[in-house]
Amino acid sequence: MSAQQDAAQAVESYAGERYKYGFVTDVEADSAPPGLDHDTIRFISAKKGEPEWLLAWRIKAFERWLEMEDEEPAWAKLHYPPIDYQDACYYSAPKSDSDRPKSLDEVDPELLKTYEKLGIPLQEQEMLAGVAVDAVFDSVSVATTFKGKLAELGIIFCSISEAVKEHPALVQRYLGSVVPYSDNFFATLNSAVFTDGSFVYVPKGVRCPMELSTYFRINAANTGQFERTLIIADEGSYVSYLEGCTAPMRDENQLHAAVVELIALDDAEIKYSTVQNWYPGDAEGKGGIYNFVTKRGACRGANAKISWTQVETGSAITWKYPSCILQGDNSVGEFYSIAITNNRQQADTGTKMIHMGRNTKSRIVSKGIAAGRSDSTYRGLVRIQPKAEGARNHTQCDSLLIGAECGAHTVPYIESRNPSARVEHEATTSKISEDQLFYCRQRGIDEEDAVALIVNGFCREVLQELPMEFAVEAQKLVAISLEGSVG
Amino acid sequence: MLTIENLHATADGKPILNGLDLQVNTGEVHAVMGPNGSGKSTLAYVIAGREGYEVTAGSITYQGRDVLAMSVEERALNGVFLAFQYPVEIPGVGSATFLKTAVNAARKHRGEQEYDAMEFLKLVKAKRAALGIDDGMMRRALNVGFSGGEKKRNEMLQMALLEPSLAILDETDSGLDIDALKIVADGINALRAPERAMVVITHYQRLLDHVVPDKVHVLAGGRIVRSGGSELALELESRGYAGLGLEPSAAA
Repeated sequence: MSAQQDAAQAVESYAGERYKYGFVTDVEADSAPPGLDHDTIRFISAKKGEPEWLLAWRIKAFERWLEMEDEEPAWAKLHYPPIDYQDACYYSAPKSDSDRPKSLDEVDPELLKTYEKLGIPLQEQEMLAGVAVDAVFDSVSVATTFKGKLAELGIIFCSISEAVKEHPALVQRYLGSVVPYSDNFFATLNSAVFTDGSFVYVPKGVRCPMELSTYFRINAANTGQFERTLIIADEGSYVSYLEGCTAPMRDENQLHAAVVELIALDDAEIKYSTVQNWYPGDAEGKGGIYNFVTKRGACRGANAKISWTQVETGSAITWKYPSCILQGDNSVGEFYSIAITNNRQQADTGTKMIHMGRNTKSRIVSKGIAAGRSDSTYRGLVRIQPKAEGARNHTQCDSLLIGAECGAHTVPYIESRNPSARVEHEATTSKISEDQLFYCRQRGIDEEDAVALIVNGFCREVLQELPMEFAVEAQKLVAISLEGSVG
Repeated sequence: MLTIENLHATADGKPILNGLDLQVNTGEVHAVMGPNGSGKSTLAYVIAGREGYEVTAGSITYQGRDVLAMSVEERALNGVFLAFQYPVEIPGVGSATFLKTAVNAARKHRGEQEYDAMEFLKLVKAKRAALGIDDGMMRRALNVGFSGGEKKRNEMLQMALLEPSLAILDETDSGLDIDALKIVADGINALRAPERAMVVITHYQRLLDHVVPDKVHVLAGGRIVRSGGSELALELESRGYAGLGLEPSAAA
């Protein structure tokens, strides 16, 4: 219970500080003014009616973050102007209806065109575009039925704010246990200011009968900026979680720094799928989202399994390395990734597989597609610890280039400290050939569709890992992301 | 249907076709024969519009339209089909998926409803059996790891489903054993129709034993040097190109 002791101490030490800094921010206000100081943290915590231990944890993270001024990662192959963290807004209440578009007629037609291409029903379009909808729409009632069914099985699926109130013991036990508050610059910032996110707990021996999706969670809107997700699969349980949406979501915040923590106990399995399609900026890269994400899963128990699947097509900057810590003997980690960059987008993404237990296995399949003047980097670490007898890893890293002005880079790190380990790495880089394009076009398939077809083929191994309903949409998304990249 | 007049073309800057004339009418099957390097494949690529092949003089008219002014996919969508000598591999793209994309592109172009997966599979099932193509092959990535015979049969299946007005078959018989040759020939014959024309490019007579052409042309040095009926192919077979005074080396 050292976490609790820490928390208690922290509360004590900050009780005095609260006075020192004053408590000037108006809790009744909808938004915190731009900038980040102790008051901002207290404002967020008070807004959410959080217990003292969580406030203390946030403050601790914030103070650590202040010391990390020089630790903003510079090793990634990403170029962006310095971020002014005091200029960002760290808490804003959802927009009131009067500020929102009244109907789809008021929404950017470009956005609507994309929705149409993705085949999104009208009602969902309204929700995604932030239209003020006064009628209770279907997804809410669907979500209610859905929640009842989960409750019968003892599965908890709610927002993390709700979990803090309803299931404090679980949250306190596991929050920060995989990604500590001091982990890295962005995760530490998130720990201080996270606004909301999902919480899932699947009890012993329960197999969650449906894909859990943020889409079904009520009040899921407006949690995107500093999202915090915590998923715990107890012994022998199984859960598949879908994050994100193929449709581009409206979001005014440029800086995103999410943290996701997964915990799989003995014989448990977590499958986590992401489709990320945040605004990539215009053709010159102006205005896109900066996405700095820390995702990590711990296979705490024997025979546990964690599988990450991601389709990353959005954002101007992607910095993301979903990782697995394979502590339990025979535990398994998987990472399947598609990263598409076009125009001026930059992605530096990959995974870390840390083998600690005996006979642990990991598999990495990464497909990077770069078009336009974009840059796509795979960066991965496979580490075999001394006790990981019989550990095995297989990494396959394929890059596809479209055009002559983009770049694809592969940076694999392999550290093996056990002679019985087997680590394999395969990498390829290719271009779409003129022969392939001519063949498709001779069959009446235009160049853009041909590129989409070829790229979807290139990504097939990863697309297959996505749940059915996601896979179809993801294929369309691949096509849309590459529009304008040829001809 | 197809009128080629005084066609001059270069491949990568090198002159290959030097004043070729060819007239193909609706419903006819023409065979174009010739030694290696005579310009047979270049002719096929120029009609289909492949990059790297430049027309320096002459004209190609198809259904009254100037082919050279049309893009590659426009030609395809208007019924020009090229069966490739070396069909291209596309990893990860299932043969059925590819075929469905192509068929639906054509349907969309004609303003028809696109097929859904079920309708399409039914349609394919009816056509593939005759070509000895099983469901397993349809699921495999397009041409990846296909044998020579499988690749050519797959080309024939594409032709059968796309129902072109003008089919150009570029050495479809090359690399086939006798059984596969028979299957492919049957596939071609099944598509002979009054509203369709075919240009069968081949090096050898043996395909023409099964697909009897209306006209045979001999291509050498980038021009049609002789034209005749199907008996010309037999004459070539017995006397060789040299016997007609066409040394392969001279032709190149």
